[in-house]
Amino acid sequence: MGGLLLVVVISIVSVIIMLQGVDIAVLNPQGAIASAEKDLLLFTLGLSAVVVVPVFIMIGAFAWRYREGNTKARYTPDNDSNKWLEGLWWGIPIVIISILSVVTWVSTHQLDPYKSLKSDEKAITVQVVAMQWKWLFLYPDYDIASVNVLKIPVGVPVDFHITSDGPMSAFWIPSLGSQIYAMNGMSARLSLIADNPGEYRGSNTNISGTGYADMNFMVETLDTRDEFEKWAATVRGGDEHNHMDEGSYQKLAVPSSTNVPQYFHLHDANLYAKVMNKYMHHEVGIKEGYDNHDH
Amino acid sequence: MIIDWGFLLGRLSLDALPDNIVTMLGALGGVFGVLFIVGLLTITRRWGWLWKTWITSLDPKKIGVMYLAVSGIMLLRGLADAVMMRVQQALFATNGAGPIDADMFQQVFSAHGTIMIFFVAMGIIFGLINLVVPLQIGARDVAFPLLNSISFWLFFAGMALMNVSLAVGEFSTAGWLAYPPLSGLEYSPGTGVDYWIWALQVAGIGSLLSGVNFLVTIFTMRRKGMTPMKMPIFVWSVIGSMLLVVFAFPILTATLGMLTLDRTIDTHFFTSDLGGNPMMYVNLIWAWGHPEVYILVLPAFGVFSEIVPVFSRKRLFGYTSMVWAIMAITVLSFTVWLHHFFTMGAGANVNAFFGIMTMVIAIPTGVKVFNWLFTMFRGRISFKTPMLWFMGFITTFTIGGVTGVLLAVPGIDFQVHNSLFLVAHFHNMIIGGVVFGAFAALAYWWPKLTGFRLHEGLGVAAFWSWLVGFVLAFGPLYILGLMGAARRLDHYDASLGWQGLFIVAGVGVMIILLGVFFQVLQLAYSIWKRDELRVGTDPWDGRTLEWSTSTPIAEYNFATLDTVKQRDAFWAMKSSHGHEAVSKFNDIRVPKNSGFGPGIAAVVFVGAFAVIWYMWWLAAVALVVTIVLAICAGMREDIERTITAEQVAATEKKLWRTRQV
Repeated sequence: MGGLLLVVVISIVSVIIMLQGVDIAVLNPQGAIASAEKDLLLFTLGLSAVVVVPVFIMIGAFAWRYREGNTKARYTPDNDSNKWLEGLWWGIPIVIISILSVVTWVSTHQLDPYKSLKSDEKAITVQVVAMQWKWLFLYPDYDIASVNVLKIPVGVPVDFHITSDGPMSAFWIPSLGSQIYAMNGMSARLSLIADNPGEYRGSNTNISGTGYADMNFMVETLDTRDEFEKWAATVRGGDEHNHMDEGSYQKLAVPSSTNVPQYFHLHDANLYAKVMNKYMHHEVGIKEGYDNHDH
Repeated sequence: MIIDWGFLLGRLSLDALPDNIVTMLGALGGVFGVLFIVGLLTITRRWGWLWKTWITSLDPKKIGVMYLAVSGIMLLRGLADAVMMRVQQALFATNGAGPIDADMFQQVFSAHGTIMIFFVAMGIIFGLINLVVPLQIGARDVAFPLLNSISFWLFFAGMALMNVSLAVGEFSTAGWLAYPPLSGLEYSPGTGVDYWIWALQVAGIGSLLSGVNFLVTIFTMRRKGMTPMKMPIFVWSVIGSMLLVVFAFPILTATLGMLTLDRTIDTHFFTSDLGGNPMMYVNLIWAWGHPEVYILVLPAFGVFSEIVPVFSRKRLFGYTSMVWAIMAITVLSFTVWLHHFFTMGAGANVNAFFGIMTMVIAIPTGVKVFNWLFTMFRGRISFKTPMLWFMGFITTFTIGGVTGVLLAVPGIDFQVHNSLFLVAHFHNMIIGGVVFGAFAALAYWWPKLTGFRLHEGLGVAAFWSWLVGFVLAFGPLYILGLMGAARRLDHYDASLGWQGLFIVAGVGVMIILLGVFFQVLQLAYSIWKRDELRVGTDPWDGRTLEWSTSTPIAEYNFATLDTVKQRDAFWAMKSSHGHEAVSKFNDIRVPKNSGFGPGIAAVVFVGAFAVIWYMWWLAAVALVVTIVLAICAGMREDIERTITAEQVAATEKKLWRTRQV
């Protein structure tokens, strides 16, 4: 027992030391969606505590007070029901869950990933393709594309359209909030906004084959929209051979892991729709902006 | 004319043997283990004994023991997988130099999940049900004894398929639920997914048959006077669980069937084109998968509802509430499956509905917790190992309940879904709930089964190791999830600062292993010192009918069938008139042994193996033989034998004289 206790103490101390200076992304939000989700988490945790804390106190207190050796404690072997008490613990959880249900209903609608964020700034559209095993980002309004790096300006809503060219994957930037599945032949939506300039990690969270663990990307948030547009222009005016069209897409689509960041001049405005159409035998009128789920 | 005999073997060739050192060691270990057992049986000339006493037995107590034995061995294999994952993520994940590559890591976690749910948790649940339910309802048998044997052997065949994949071929890399398109032929062309499908399909059909069997048993074979509200609460929990089996497992069977067709004859149920949709699969698999969670945990609730009153020496508080809570959970568990994929893009109305339904389940579950607590209130609690497991359960399960409520809110789930936070949560529920429940049940019912109790000190040591190991293994995973660590990563970048927490988790799993070591030692030591640990028929001062019969329990369970007058029937009998010596017995009819169970399962195993390797001729033969055997099994006559009143009297005299303490 003593040995176990020692291991526990050492572990807890080392966990506390380890957590110094480490970014707990979900609890350290860098955008409006992630902030709202963190608040929701803390609120729900607090509300649950209303039931859980008394439960823990009772577990400890009852176990101690009514232990076999304590013959002074009252002993009522035939007491097996009490309408009031039972009513109380059907009632209290019902009240708490009712409150939480309202919060859930409202927050789920507020945080609906398909809802575009309200902002004075015009949103930027980014089309995301989960590939084996890398992320392709297409910026149709700026005619650029990138692999495994996503650059967006601070304070500007970004409308992601997300599909997959391969197994099901999931697009997640914990610092900015809300993940969503990427599935082939379908386009999911997600709207995010970054509050601060910085670099954040994005990843796939859904197993998609041997290169799954390498399917990460870097998010760089730029100070202003101007800076972002300047960057986009640089990419457009870069190396003439570095363009993204059907041909270069085919090359990129060969399964590979450990991909370094790449930038392209986007030559094919319909590339995203074409990637989705690959999975549709009858080309069912997929065009730019088509979504699988209508709202 | 030259005939190409290659079709005989389908796609099976020498390439199917393991080429990786870790798999090879595992396969060799398995093969030597089996050879050792075969050799031992041959040397000691125990084959006849094994066949007559165990393999062909239709006695639910024997079948229950076999379920538990298989589950115990599979628990060790599942743990070995867990240790490999923890070692990989703690030591080798940042430099990629470990002995396990990505493909193998993915096989390991897929196997871990599949084994732990299907061949450990399900096996334990069915083992306990077989052992305890007939006794608790005061019956002599189950409704369909042969079907029961077939169920067990199908479970065994599924387990065998799962383990054969270690030596011949490969296992799935698509996770324990194998979402398409990853599990489709394009991305998983090997035999791995097929092994997964058929191991589940075969075991799943066994589960479905058991579900029907035990429902009918409980509905029709209860002791006279045992009206529904006088049943032990464990029996109620089994009704809930078996109802779920009967309604949920056909969904699994159909879903796996469609995936099989997609993989073998190029249908398009779960592809994105030609009318199919992978989202359909995800919905269907969770329409089975969520009830599955409650199939496992409801009987665990039942176990604790038996243990807490006995060890608090007090009646169960709020019996009626408990029954309603079980039934509410049973119904509600079919209305929440979508919470497994809030991030698949359903609309806000749909997500919010399923989120709220999920939280609603917290209400009846919370009621159960309070009822257990108030059973302890003003009791006289003796903290023997079963009660310790309950204390471990109630604390870990409550924490898991809170993180479950967090995950039930779609807005929170969007941030932690598929992260290690989720992994920590469901281990919180399944280890804290199902596994601790199983250990509590084992410690509690062991003396009834064997006539001696398990060594208490080693049991206590095992409990503390498990509890501490559990906290250290899964606490860090909650934090890692919040840091952005996805599940199932075979490696990650060292700069993320995750390694320390993974090392703590690794230490945790080692302490769990220490607990398992204590448990193995406890079993061995208790068997060795069984004469010192000998107990009477009713060592815990039990309340329900299983404690009223002799120990060891006669084949017919009960010599006489006294009418049940109230809840806690045995407690009532003890307090009213003590034990009356019964002298008048009647003839008792019990089922004869039958080889159909192992026979059918063996043929099904061959058929499934043939399909996995595309040996179509063999699959066709196996199918025909299975059908013929099933018809023959149905047409058996002379299926019972009589134990005469004199034999019963002699047996009773012997059992009660030698075993009473």
